[in-house]
Amino acid sequence: MPTSDTQHRGGDAALINASIAELRDGLMTGEYTAADLAAVFAQRIETIDPSLNSLVSRVEPAEPASAAGRLAGIPYVHKDIFCAKGTRTTCGSRMLADWVAPYDSTVHERLTESGAVLLGKANMDEFAMGSSNENSHFGAVANPWDANAVPGGSSGGSAAAVAARLVPFATGTDTGGSIRQPAAFCGVTGIKPTYGRVSRYGMIAYASSFDQGGVIAKSAADCALVLGEMAGFDERDSTSADRPVPDYVAGLDESISGLRVGIPKQWFSDALDPAVGDAVSAAIDELRAAGAETVEIDLPDADIALAAYYLLAPAEASSNLSRFDGVRFGYRCEDPKDLQDLYERTRSEGFGSEVKRRILVGTYALSAGYYDAFYRRAQKARRLVTDHFQRAFEQCDVIAGPVTPTPAFDRGAHSADPAKMYLEDIFTIPVNLAGLPGMSVPAGFVEGRPVGLQLIGRHFDEARLLNVAHQYQQRVDWHERMPSMAADSANDNREG
Amino acid sequence: MSLTNDQLQTVAHLARIAVEPEWTEALRSDINGILDQASRLDDPRLNELEPMAHPLDQVQRLRPDSVTETDQRETLMEGAPAQEQGLFLVPKVIE
Repeated sequence: MPTSDTQHRGGDAALINASIAELRDGLMTGEYTAADLAAVFAQRIETIDPSLNSLVSRVEPAEPASAAGRLAGIPYVHKDIFCAKGTRTTCGSRMLADWVAPYDSTVHERLTESGAVLLGKANMDEFAMGSSNENSHFGAVANPWDANAVPGGSSGGSAAAVAARLVPFATGTDTGGSIRQPAAFCGVTGIKPTYGRVSRYGMIAYASSFDQGGVIAKSAADCALVLGEMAGFDERDSTSADRPVPDYVAGLDESISGLRVGIPKQWFSDALDPAVGDAVSAAIDELRAAGAETVEIDLPDADIALAAYYLLAPAEASSNLSRFDGVRFGYRCEDPKDLQDLYERTRSEGFGSEVKRRILVGTYALSAGYYDAFYRRAQKARRLVTDHFQRAFEQCDVIAGPVTPTPAFDRGAHSADPAKMYLEDIFTIPVNLAGLPGMSVPAGFVEGRPVGLQLIGRHFDEARLLNVAHQYQQRVDWHERMPSMAADSANDNREG
Repeated sequence: MSLTNDQLQTVAHLARIAVEPEWTEALRSDINGILDQASRLDDPRLNELEPMAHPLDQVQRLRPDSVTETDQRETLMEGAPAQEQGLFLVPKVIE
């Protein structure tokens, strides 16, 4: 193992591609120290991130709070939606551009107790509203596989940072697809757990009945390890699920022979890019080769799910974001002439266009005379979509399909038409409406841009999703591929 | 269902967001695009369904009515844009 400064700056390919378990082994055997590891990844951030813009803040690495924790000494970044005491927490917004969190989110507290080492805060679409990371006050993020492509969103910085091997893992949040879609676009593995599995305390709210924290990492095995440390009941989150967390790592090696995999026939339609469909079908063939059985299932009404989500989530956002008023924290406009002016200009200047659009849609959907036509109707649609999943799970144990209709699109491709951008979320949103766990697993490439396989499970069946994803990853190496910009940097630095 | 300019102004006021005149038309068109998608919710199959507020149909958990948080006033005031003597400052409200 290299120990000189020069070699550390390189962070050789074996180290930056190592699994979290391998890194833990290296730390336990004394091959390197937590400080060595932090230095390697901090140096990669320093050299590589200027071309990606995946981080909005860097954090000076602290000594691991625990030497014995399962993540002791493992570097990571938080999506900048998680509060970490004393750290600037921006949520990708001008509104919070200078706000320093006065307390820890439960997720941060648990990762710290587990010994993980925070290296920075990741860029994101403002207040988690977006599918391309182009809605950040801190600028767009480049996709490490293709600088002209978006990394996806809203956890775009987290996915790009892991893809470029700037950190072994990152936290993310998923309200309508914000972990799975960027994971798919960046060729990394992401898990959005069941609603209520991971505490939302200290995770800045967008749409509270959908928001769920999760993990983006290189592999399902890494996700299993990290999720096990993050998940579990928290009395400070009133919707936290009070049920035990299984040992996700212990279940990874189980055989998937006889597993019933549901294939939603409606998802393989004209809306799906044929090349993406081919990659996803090939991934499903691998599951069959591993012993799984496939059954065709019905998951209709994705368009109704989309319409419902884009009323419900903005409605919840309009309520959640009313706290940003220029009085208690965050941005305040210059020289307000009265209180009304203070509120209106603070919010007009502090929020970006997409956030304002969603607040206005949500306010409209909740306003007198429209509540029944929009909000209540959308809640009924949520029931319809959830019922479809329930029926599907009578026939199968997990559902497999695409994460997105296309690979990562070009920057600027959808910015002129928000309704068109929303179509990107057509396969991820139904899962959030039903509160189910979902994963994105790298499943190949289309013209150099990654494609993701989506796995969806029953409520609280994360262990099975991780098991299926891990078994798939024993048979393929898509998740081990590294973008050339990350590999070149590793080599350049090693030689230099 | 589409939003008129007057309605947009009313909603913007309710949301306390100042909409610049040069943005009004584009914004109205964007919002109407989103509301057009909402016409999918006219589907008659939805009529008889029970509205769903929580993804797991849970009800809100209650906790004992006791103080659990400590006084953090000074720390919390540090994030305030304007303050004096531990109080938030706002423009004069009473003439």
